[in-house]
Amino acid sequence: MAEVRLRKIVKRYDMVEAVRGIDLDIADHEFVVLVGPSGCGKSTTLRMIAGLEDITGGDIMIGGDVVNDVPPKDRDIAMVFQNYALYPHMTVYQNMSFGLRLKRFPKKEIKKRVDEAARILDIMELLDRKPKQLSGGQRQRVAMGRAIVRNPKVFLFDEPLSNLDAKLRVQMRTEIKKVHQQVRTTTVYVTHDQVEAMTLADRVVVMNHGIIEQVGTPNQLYHNPRTHFVAGFIGSPAMNFIPCRMEEAGGGGLSIKVNDQLSFPIPAARAEQYRGQARNGKLLLGLRPEHITEAHAHLEPGEVPFEAKLDVTEPMGMETLVYFPLNGTQVCGRVNPNAGARDGGLLRLAANLNNMHLIDDATGQVV
Amino acid sequence: MATVAATAAEVPARGPKYGSMSRDRVWALRWSYVFLVIFAIFFLLPPIYMIITSLKTSAEISAATNPWWVYHPTLDNYKELLTSNSFLIYFRNSAIVSVVVVSLTMLISVPAAFALARMKFWGSATLATGVFLTYLIPETLLFLPLFKMFAMFNEYTGIELINRWWVLLIVYPTLTVPFCTWIMIGYFASIPKELDEAALIDGATWLQTLTMIFIPVALPGLIAATIFAFTVSWAQFLYPLAFTTSSDQLVLPVGIITSLIKGDVFNWGQIMTGALLGAAPPLIIYAFLMDYYIAGLTAGATKG
Amino acid sequence: MVDAAISAPREMAAARGRSSLRKTMQRKSTIAFFMALPLIVLIVLLVLYPAIYSIHLATLNKSMERFVGWGNFTFLFKRQTFWLVVQQSCIFALTAVAFKALIGFIVAHFVHNIPAKGQRKWRGMLLVPWVIPPAMSCLAWLWLFDPSYSAFNWVLDLFGVGPVPWTGDANWARFSVILVNIWIGAPFFMIMYLAALKSVPEQLYEAAEIDGANWWQRMWYVTLPMMRNIIAITALFSLIVTFANFDIVRILTAGGPIDMTHVFATWSFRVGIEGGDIPLGATVSLFMVPILSVAAIFILRDITRRGSEV
Repeated sequence: MAEVRLRKIVKRYDMVEAVRGIDLDIADHEFVVLVGPSGCGKSTTLRMIAGLEDITGGDIMIGGDVVNDVPPKDRDIAMVFQNYALYPHMTVYQNMSFGLRLKRFPKKEIKKRVDEAARILDIMELLDRKPKQLSGGQRQRVAMGRAIVRNPKVFLFDEPLSNLDAKLRVQMRTEIKKVHQQVRTTTVYVTHDQVEAMTLADRVVVMNHGIIEQVGTPNQLYHNPRTHFVAGFIGSPAMNFIPCRMEEAGGGGLSIKVNDQLSFPIPAARAEQYRGQARNGKLLLGLRPEHITEAHAHLEPGEVPFEAKLDVTEPMGMETLVYFPLNGTQVCGRVNPNAGARDGGLLRLAANLNNMHLIDDATGQVV
Repeated sequence: MATVAATAAEVPARGPKYGSMSRDRVWALRWSYVFLVIFAIFFLLPPIYMIITSLKTSAEISAATNPWWVYHPTLDNYKELLTSNSFLIYFRNSAIVSVVVVSLTMLISVPAAFALARMKFWGSATLATGVFLTYLIPETLLFLPLFKMFAMFNEYTGIELINRWWVLLIVYPTLTVPFCTWIMIGYFASIPKELDEAALIDGATWLQTLTMIFIPVALPGLIAATIFAFTVSWAQFLYPLAFTTSSDQLVLPVGIITSLIKGDVFNWGQIMTGALLGAAPPLIIYAFLMDYYIAGLTAGATKG
Repeated sequence: MVDAAISAPREMAAARGRSSLRKTMQRKSTIAFFMALPLIVLIVLLVLYPAIYSIHLATLNKSMERFVGWGNFTFLFKRQTFWLVVQQSCIFALTAVAFKALIGFIVAHFVHNIPAKGQRKWRGMLLVPWVIPPAMSCLAWLWLFDPSYSAFNWVLDLFGVGPVPWTGDANWARFSVILVNIWIGAPFFMIMYLAALKSVPEQLYEAAEIDGANWWQRMWYVTLPMMRNIIAITALFSLIVTFANFDIVRILTAGGPIDMTHVFATWSFRVGIEGGDIPLGATVSLFMVPILSVAAIFILRDITRRGSEV
């Protein structure tokens, strides 16, 4: 059994608390991604699981045993570093077998494991080369191979793709996912890139300022963010937040008043949720760019048309991003490339309020 | 299109784009070579003169003919020295002392440097600075108290330290260890921290991390430090002069000077030959390992 | 589930207590301490202790039986030789270091100017004086300065210039000693400055050229400021080493003529070992300490400052 449990984990450096109370349960075979901006404490948490940092408070359990004071080599974990950390004077084979050689594994067993890992990662021809003869992607695979041969309870990845160029990153992402499907070891993966998090994870843990903001599957986080931070962090381009007020609308319904010219009626299904909300609080309307599109001739229920004067357009090929001001904020929408969007021009857009989120500006919570 | 390509190919690879600048550069280059030749002559004159004199017979030297040319070159000086018992003893003493001191130095410096560079412990920063400061305490301050200390040690334990060549094995490390530690700290510190963490996770103890990872990766630094330790040990003059007096206990620098200069008769041919042979080991090492030698020198300042 | 969660930590705690000695041995700081122990023992026993011991020695009489306090010091102050030594040591050190730095800087510049392929050869040739053991090269210089057979005098004679008493006349002797020290030490400065020159980004020079600076201005406004730290540290290092120099004076002049070229180190040797008066010799050596300390403080300050600058 290789589940990982974090209980009230705290990490303090002198005066600064990098991690301020983390509780997390990771199931066996699960691929969990810790994601968040720089300084949010995700790497620190990972290193505490690895045993590279002392734990100021709380407990970490791997496979049911408390490992707080257990040195890294006895925790049965393996780690893949951002800078690969390959031993420059050893060949790929020696790099991958180093841990096993230290543990005095028989040579035949070592060869079997290394060959097996090399096969999974497709690096069989590289076994005799030194790290400086390898490309970035190849080095990363060797680093993963080094982790696989140890057959650990948990894989730990510390921003492994950050040093690769964009194209390679996409390629390696799929590799990592395929490896996990084959090897099925519990994995804790740290990244600042929410796209990586969404594509790789069984569950995503969004961290900010040393605490967990929300844990959930990628879908849950995308559709049901619980805080302002999570809503704005997941999804690219980021969710729009438009200051607004909520008002009574005719016929017992509610509407979002953006400014004097623009009011969105809230769909009846969503209105139930917000009935109890105070009317005079400062609110933010959260709407993803993919839910602001060009207005079609035939509007779906929940879609509200309006006209906007575009500031800038960014043609992306398969869609065009349009930016326009609304109530003092810049809003982003995604329209069809043939919708006639022009810099400085007017465009008729539609907002799909079935996917709206309402955020209390004061508490940062999604209502 | 073709003419543009042709013009581009005509511009010399090193030449800059502005016409007047390239003339300046060539001019500066010529003057550089002129001055370099002058300085080279200045720096290489004495060694060359040593070679010239070593090939002369005593007769030719005292005949006071052109000192800068050898009329009747002879290898007699070399033959005499290389078969002379005392010279060979000096050489042997120097060699043993240097090799042992180098080994001792590395055995002390490398683990200490590793501990100071990587394993932060209470007082490690102070110790590192202290090591550096120690290098600044000159041997000319310490040789007298050490002399007295060795004499007293003899009184208490009966072990004779003065006038024994192996006393040098005790004092030479004080000259080599501080700087070698400093060099190695620099090299070890430049190894990325993730490497130790990977080794830690792979299951290495600190000692294994040092021997299987750090030493191989920092090998250039090790070679530079070894060369430095050897050169310093070989060239030492004050300590052996102070602590060893009997002819069979001397090392090369002291031996040559005290024994070849007998009274008023200076056998310069042999003296120069002796000096040349005495300078040979460091020079040979330098010739083959020049880059490591220089790295060792600059490592102290630039990596500090 | 809850019970299991509670009992597991308790068992671990018990196991922890049993192996706490073993853990102490494995702890990073313990291992590190033992790794650094030989170094610490060496320094304390053979550097720090003798340094302090020399202070104690300086307070004893010649046969080291009586305590005489400041006796040795006052004795020295009254001796003219002592003041000669102070003067000579200071002049020797300051002049030599100044010229070493200057020559080293100039030569480094020339080496830096020539194409990279040739630099290695020239650098190799120019460092030779530093590589040869000083004692050996001093013998060569001794022969070059020989009163009867000096090769230099032979050349000067060709131009009709009279023979120069390189080591016979006090002032010439001082000059010779400084010359040899410069000869040995300038290459070291050259190597250091060359490394520093290479670390100045080429783009700064290009920007200065575009701004219209000539070579002197480029030197003053770009090169020197960027190299300021290396220049200071190397000079201070050399000041300490030159001030405490022994080999050159000892071999070339043995302190003569008439004790005019003695520096602290050689006079201390003469008095302490050859004269058999160890306490007096120690006293002489101790006078180096104030100047060395001042230089050391400046070095420390510069090195730590450089660490934070970079």
